[in-house]
Amino acid sequence: MDYSLKVMDHFSNPRNMGSIENSDGVGEVGNPACGDIMKIYLKVEDNRISDIKFQTFGCGAAIASSSMATEMIKGKTLEEAWKLSNKAVAEALDGLPPIKMHCSMLAEEAIHEAINDYLKKKGLEPWDD
Amino acid sequence: MIIHNCEGESVTIENKVIYMDNSATTPVKREVVEEMIPYMTENFGNPSSIYEIGKISKHAVDKARKKVADALGAEENEIYFTSGGTESDNWAIKGIAFANRNKGKHIITSSIEHHAVLHTCAWLEGQGFEVTYLPVDKYGMVSPEELKKAIRDDTILISIMLANNEIGTIQPVEEIGKIAKENRIYFHTDAVQAIGHVPIDVKKMNIDLLSLSGHKFEGPKGCGSLYIRKGTKIDVLLHGGAQERKRRAGTENVPAIVGLGKAIELATAEIEESNKTLLELRERLIKGLLKIPKAHLNGHPTQRLANNVNVTFEYIEGESLLLLLNAKGIFASTGSACNSSSLEPSHVLTACGVPHEIVHGSLRLSLGKMNSEKDVGRVLEVLPEIVQRLRNMSPLTPKEYRTI
Repeated sequence: MDYSLKVMDHFSNPRNMGSIENSDGVGEVGNPACGDIMKIYLKVEDNRISDIKFQTFGCGAAIASSSMATEMIKGKTLEEAWKLSNKAVAEALDGLPPIKMHCSMLAEEAIHEAINDYLKKKGLEPWDD
Repeated sequence: MIIHNCEGESVTIENKVIYMDNSATTPVKREVVEEMIPYMTENFGNPSSIYEIGKISKHAVDKARKKVADALGAEENEIYFTSGGTESDNWAIKGIAFANRNKGKHIITSSIEHHAVLHTCAWLEGQGFEVTYLPVDKYGMVSPEELKKAIRDDTILISIMLANNEIGTIQPVEEIGKIAKENRIYFHTDAVQAIGHVPIDVKKMNIDLLSLSGHKFEGPKGCGSLYIRKGTKIDVLLHGGAQERKRRAGTENVPAIVGLGKAIELATAEIEESNKTLLELRERLIKGLLKIPKAHLNGHPTQRLANNVNVTFEYIEGESLLLLLNAKGIFASTGSACNSSSLEPSHVLTACGVPHEIVHGSLRLSLGKMNSEKDVGRVLEVLPEIVQRLRNMSPLTPKEYRTI
């Protein structure tokens, strides 16, 4: 697979990998049968993502997308984080092979799930995609 | 060592490179290359030409044909040169199907064949043929009993591979050949992975058609053969000139044919010796890999190619595994969907009943002549760390298999 140096960097040295105990929101998307699952843990303070961790089962692109996406939204408000698109993640990675674009989709979806999980726990209305 | 990536940037790889993907392809043996070179330079003549350098080429092709025939226990006029395994499979299956369709329209194959067979059969279904895909057991073995049950009055062809490319399982080909003969059905076998590993005698095994490919046994790429038993009714696939006794048109790839001949001669002469070495390495590798918790061997424990190791690690995905191995200079292969352009996981492992959840974590290490005990030791040293690293990253890994 022809990956950019940035993809290889995030794959080899993933940022924010792990889990958060007592997290404020968790989002898990994907399916083991398809070969990729992404799980995002959020810690939220004053409407901002104060900490974020991920766990990913998947290919190089899936792991690199998780790492890049978490880095891009750490410290951002929930509204800003919600707007992170899979395209932006792929661009920040200097592109993904066309067949791997769905891996960056997974990161966007996992973040949405985690934010909505947080909102639900707070008794707030979840947001629509 | 330092290698260059596609952008021309140099990437440092720790230690020396360990190539364990010999089922994908092999390096061409030095002495094979040396035999080929004159047929690209001074002896470049077209074998169809009547002048001297044409005759030299023709004799070289004939000599190579004899070597292929000897390796299979066949006659020289039963060997046809092709562009490789894919063409041989296509020719055998389509050629038999169309030449015999007045007798019947039914073909039997297995669910673990190479795509060159499976996709050809699927295309024939669109042309009005009917295909039975035999199931396999958990080791990837076709049952001769199931085969007998699948035979119909209108069955014209049985196509079962000799040894599987992913899991290395060796099929009971002699028994299958016997069943085919008793029922007067043509029997084709894809022997692409078997040459140089399994002794073959087409007469004893009752094989009517056999496909092989040069680059799998230290010959050149782009050249293969189809053995067609004398008297077999088969249509031409490639129409044109009168080459290959008017059955396969196109100017002969003389240097590659010469290389294929030399390579098959060497590979078959060395079977016993090479299998002995490979078997020791294989067993050491399997034993070591199965020490990793939640690791499973795919394929048959004993009826398997001496160079094939295929193991599944639960909770992780194969492409990530290959990338981390690549960073350590170890080149291998996987059945994960994420590593294929179709995004479909291995049809072979799926047919063996490997659950969908863990089929993505498969690793194939296929050994070759250049692999040593030291290489096996290095793989066994590096792999547990890599598997653990990916397990620590995976949301599927239970607590007891995590280290952080």
